Amino acid sequence: MKKRVYADNAATTRLSRPALDAMMPYLTSEYGNPSALHTMGREAKLALERARNQTAGVLGAVPEEIYFTSGGTEADNWAVKAAAELGKNKGRHIISTQIEHHAILNPLLSLEAQGFEVTYLGVDAQGRISLKALRDAIRKDTILISVMAANNEIGTIQPIAKIGKLAKEHKILFHIDAVQAIGHIPLDIQSAGSDMLSLAAHKFGGPKGVGALYVRKGISLPSQIQGGGQERNLRSGTENVAGIVGMAAALESMNARMGPHMEKVLLLRNRLIEGLLRIPNARLTGDPLNRLPGNASFLFEGVEGESMVMMLDLHGICASSGSACASNGHESSHVLKAIGIPRQLSHSSLRLSLNEDNTDEDVDHILEVLPSVVARLRAMSPVWNGSRENY
Amino acid sequence: MWCETFTDTVIEHFMAPRNAGSMPDADAEGNSGDPDCGDSLTIYLKVKDRVIEDIRFMVFGCVAAVATSSMTTELAKGKTLDEALKLTDQDIVEALGGLPENKLHCSVLGESALKDAIQNYLAKTE
Repeated sequence: MKKRVYADNAATTRLSRPALDAMMPYLTSEYGNPSALHTMGREAKLALERARNQTAGVLGAVPEEIYFTSGGTEADNWAVKAAAELGKNKGRHIISTQIEHHAILNPLLSLEAQGFEVTYLGVDAQGRISLKALRDAIRKDTILISVMAANNEIGTIQPIAKIGKLAKEHKILFHIDAVQAIGHIPLDIQSAGSDMLSLAAHKFGGPKGVGALYVRKGISLPSQIQGGGQERNLRSGTENVAGIVGMAAALESMNARMGPHMEKVLLLRNRLIEGLLRIPNARLTGDPLNRLPGNASFLFEGVEGESMVMMLDLHGICASSGSACASNGHESSHVLKAIGIPRQLSHSSLRLSLNEDNTDEDVDHILEVLPSVVARLRAMSPVWNGSRENY
Repeated sequence: MWCETFTDTVIEHFMAPRNAGSMPDADAEGNSGDPDCGDSLTIYLKVKDRVIEDIRFMVFGCVAAVATSSMTTELAKGKTLDEALKLTDQDIVEALGGLPENKLHCSVLGESALKDAIQNYLAKTE
């Protein structure tokens, strides 16, 4: 059996032990509907509220500010649409960035079709927005600023606290898409000054299909889903108790171990980067310093992304690419475009994302295999003009 | 491990492509695709008495692009120029045992580059 190395943690993560253990009762014997009056219902409700308290605790919020959703995408959609709804009488201008996830970009496109105006801030070659550009973009009719705390493709971390300060100064709602950041880097809602924040459980050892939206008390959030009245009548639907409990447990556990995790992952990831940069014409994308601890995103000139991913897969290594083919479309990564990568090169991307599950042996295996994969593909590439020898 | 959508033949041609490499003394070459779009294929021909004596290819592209390019050269090798001109993308896909729907367009790459190479050869020699 080939050694399996999972280096795609930015896509999703293994369900952590604390999460699994916390979930088990709610997948087996404790299956009550939290809205039911009997004991089983009340126990489920208790578990739900305990999870809410835990989640609020980690984020530095109060329980009433936490709304459970089906994931990060739903939370992002809700936040953007809610802000538009809340602010539409004051103005119709929104500021976001060119490197947001599609869960933000697509709702924004939808709002544009409804007459809202969106300024998509550009980023520099490392993926950072300019605070000056943000300040210049703010208008009297700006009603929302939505920025991702950390980018999923290139790992760049934005100066969230400074953005929050600006937003507060101008009394503009500030939403943070924290899906990639939560659990991996310290993120304090209060000092970030955010009014809303999205997170997704499966990015930090929780189950898929559950997330949360934090909304600061005092904001009268419009409802997302109407029905039986759950989530304070704003997001109806019988709660995914097991999932929510799992998310809260994962969040708490990740937060408690963040220091040692970060230390371990940084060492592994930096060794990986160092090794891979020895491959000729390999480039690290994103901010080299202010980046997610596990993210190692590269461009390997002359080699196509999907081919790399599939060849790595045959060696048991799971990674991803932003190439057009790899993303099932004909357009390659908007993030790479935003940081100024030319079209051809943008098809040559490879993203490896480590987490605390990965080991030194994993890194060794990648360092053993990837250079030869690149060499092999370059040997038959008509767009590679360098050496065709094995590395 | 592998997507069920790729046939064994496709995987084989991806991992061990036939006729990959350049041909410095080629009689003609043909191109298709656009590297800016993420795929680019060059086919090299060695022709004798209007028969494709030798054929090689260089490709930049995804699994389907590599596999279809490899299969194209395998099908074309040894054929007369007229026979080779009749090869279609469907022949290539059939020989591979099929391709996922969203990858069918990759087979056009092979047919295009081969035709381009043959036409370039004919233009040079006639």
